[in-house]
Amino acid sequence: MTLTTLLLLAAALIGIGIYGALSQQSFVMLMMGLELILNGVMLAAVAFWAFSGAGAPEGQLLTIIVMAVMAIEMAMGFALVVAVFRGKQADVTESLTGLKH
Amino acid sequence: MESMNHGLGVDIAFLLLATLAVVTGWRVFRTDSMVRASFFLLVSFIAVGVIMILLAAEYLGVAMFFMMAVEMTVMALFMVMFMMNPAGLNPMNMVHQERIAIGAGVAGFLVLGAMALLATFPDQPVPASLDPVRSLGNEMLGDSMLIFESAGLVLLTTMIGVVVLSSHRGRYGAAAEGSMPPGLEPGGDPAGKPEEDEEGEGGHHHHHHHH
Repeated sequence: MTLTTLLLLAAALIGIGIYGALSQQSFVMLMMGLELILNGVMLAAVAFWAFSGAGAPEGQLLTIIVMAVMAIEMAMGFALVVAVFRGKQADVTESLTGLKH
Repeated sequence: MESMNHGLGVDIAFLLLATLAVVTGWRVFRTDSMVRASFFLLVSFIAVGVIMILLAAEYLGVAMFFMMAVEMTVMALFMVMFMMNPAGLNPMNMVHQERIAIGAGVAGFLVLGAMALLATFPDQPVPASLDPVRSLGNEMLGDSMLIFESAGLVLLTTMIGVVVLSSHRGRYGAAAEGSMPPGLEPGGDPAGKPEEDEEGEGGHHHHHHHH
């Protein structure tokens, strides 16, 4: 377990997350891709804290902030899913064409 | 806490957990059942949480367990409530622009991986004398209290926003329906309302989509 292997793992998680966020049609599956990206970001932050940060507490704080971002992303995402579903009975991105010209 | 001179056991555990995190993360998008997908994501998060504990960030690792256990359960509930095919009874592959997405994912991995392999980062491990949980607590309620409290405030704002967005009269309904502007003088007529609307809520034709 070195910084390099940890960052490679984080890169893999972020890569899978990017694939998921770009490819999924369903809103919730799309959000799972975003969550996976943040998962990789948190792992990278902790890895840097543990191996390059000399134990600076701000490194851990950054991870807490990313966790808060994740919770916000999740809550707002679900709220938007509910709002869209109320309006259009839609659960896939293709049915939202309101801003398409 | 020995965070640098860890033994072989930690390395083996890391290898297994890393494999688990990547494989379950991948399976999220390769399973027919959306509920199963959210539990795969949960496993991936828990594997990363255990890796954090191996890195001596116990608080963050444990916080990850709690947060993700709840979050993914909520996610599974949403899958059952709203989404098609929650149980995976039919084969499912709902993707668009898949080739671009694969390309972007691989490119992201290659760029970040190249950075991990080629860049040199300072070698300053956590000192053995440091208690990570205590130092995090002192930071959160000390120098970085403003940041920490701001995060709490943003979470509160999110809660309000979420209620606004998901309540019935929302963004896609008639936003002003049933609302009455205050009068110009106490007890007077509502300000800025067209004549025909003044009879009140009953006379409205509902033009938001029910159901």
